[in-house]
Amino acid sequence: MVEDRPLLNLLAHLVLIVGVAVVAMPLWIAFVASTHGPNDFMSGVVPILPGPHLVENYSRMFSTGVSTSGMPPVGRMLLNSAIMALSISIGKIAISILSAFAIVYFRFPLRMLAFWVIFATLMLPVEVRIVPTYKVVADLGLLNTYAGLSIPLIASATATFLFRQLFLTMPDELTEAARIDGAGPMKFFRDILLPLSRTNIAALFVIMFIYGWNQYLWPLLVTTSSDKYTIVAGIKRMADVADAQPQWHLVMATAILAVLPPLLVVVLMQRLFVKGLVETEK
Amino acid sequence: MKRALFGNRLLPWLLLAPQLAVTAIFFLWPAAQAIRQSFLREDAFGLSTSFVGLANYAALWGSAEYLNAVRVTAIFAVATTLLSLGVALVLALAVDRLVRAGKVYTTLLVWPYAVAPAVAGILWWFIFNPTVGLLPYVLDRVGYDWNHLMRPRDAMILVVLASAWSRISYCFLFFVAGLQSIPQSLHEAAAIDGAGPVKRFFTITLPLLSPTTFFLLVVNIVYAMFETFGVIDATTEGGPAQSTNIMVYKVWFDGFIGQNLGSSAAQSVILMLIVIALTVIQFRWIEKRVAY
Repeated sequence: MVEDRPLLNLLAHLVLIVGVAVVAMPLWIAFVASTHGPNDFMSGVVPILPGPHLVENYSRMFSTGVSTSGMPPVGRMLLNSAIMALSISIGKIAISILSAFAIVYFRFPLRMLAFWVIFATLMLPVEVRIVPTYKVVADLGLLNTYAGLSIPLIASATATFLFRQLFLTMPDELTEAARIDGAGPMKFFRDILLPLSRTNIAALFVIMFIYGWNQYLWPLLVTTSSDKYTIVAGIKRMADVADAQPQWHLVMATAILAVLPPLLVVVLMQRLFVKGLVETEK
Repeated sequence: MKRALFGNRLLPWLLLAPQLAVTAIFFLWPAAQAIRQSFLREDAFGLSTSFVGLANYAALWGSAEYLNAVRVTAIFAVATTLLSLGVALVLALAVDRLVRAGKVYTTLLVWPYAVAPAVAGILWWFIFNPTVGLLPYVLDRVGYDWNHLMRPRDAMILVVLASAWSRISYCFLFFVAGLQSIPQSLHEAAAIDGAGPVKRFFTITLPLLSPTTFFLLVVNIVYAMFETFGVIDATTEGGPAQSTNIMVYKVWFDGFIGQNLGSSAAQSVILMLIVIALTVIQFRWIEKRVAY
């Protein structure tokens, strides 16, 4: 701030308060809706303060789920989402850090070709090659499996670039010292590179976990049996009832549960989250 | 460039093998299949396929439905991008002004990033629901009869709001970082020369923020074009009357529901070309920024 302008400061506060309110409104309304009974919505308008049915609605989602739309209890979907998100984030980090190590610390024929092949994944988001990718996964017998949910999504050019940039800044003296001490490449990788990459791995993990948890199109295609539904893809199936209005209080309870894990990750690990976000886009 | 290297011929390939295998099986092979399929046509029963050259592309060019999808995508992408960028910039400017309180506001503004686009769609769908939603009730009071199930414009506003909302925190963080990298001395010098806050914004902040703005423009167009499938599918499903049928949604619909593989593949190839173009623009810009 250059000069003191109380009026502008006041305006800034006002803008931010309105901004926070607008940003929070959808989730607040969802939370409020999830604490009411089914008939409170038919009376004309959604209440804007929480109701008395919080425990009842959430425990129902955990015990039986919405059986009418063929949905499993929400615990199962949360578990599936967690398995998918963890496999994707850990898988991406593991294969990317190994590729970056190979590209930076070795000179071998066709090295640049390998680099460009990895780069190509950036240009082929799953949405644009959806039918043939589905066919590959079906042919491999991976439909309705955790492997089918996660493996096709774990190739990552961004993570590889991030680790490549990081390794390029590591001093050569480290490598020389390790070699003089007789350490082979894998020992160097495990004992020196991995510990030095810790914060970057953590930051990347936060971003990739959110990415994996929030997948929608892919789980929708790959899972047809309800015991493999993920929660983000499951909500739509729940809101999509052919006859009557959806049971909004239960749909919103599920939405809150679907948002909670990544939300906690973002809020509790805000510093790592911001670092990961800014770095993966460089 | 590294001077100290390891001299092993086989090991690097072993290290690269998992990444290359996943890339080849789930990225390159399907992409090649899409290209091949886009030149073929299957008969109605899938019994025989024949090479039809560019007929699938030509059919798209003549299809009112496809041209409509292109138009809808353009409107949707531009509106989503401008809305999220505009709101994020205003919020970032406000946070940048308030040194200490800014941190608290930042925490309260970043979390929509955690909400999946599909869930964001459901939330807004509920808020705008004509029978049980809150906003139609409010809009009714001011004399607007909201109905996104019937009226194309309402449906488009709904999906734009949901998509822009889930993108605000991302743009906000990049704008805050961009604002913080502008040297304070420039503002001070301008203030001494008598430039007020508005003048300083247009002559210093905005030009020095232009690399960030340009980057966010490209990234958000990519987001709006390719990552909003969830928003559309969870809400309007492309309707009413095709009014929110964006290109990515149409590829999926024609491929899986309509079983029109040749046309879907041709659409995939067109989308690939668009992503490649946008990626090239993005990376060209990054090269420039390094020299900046």
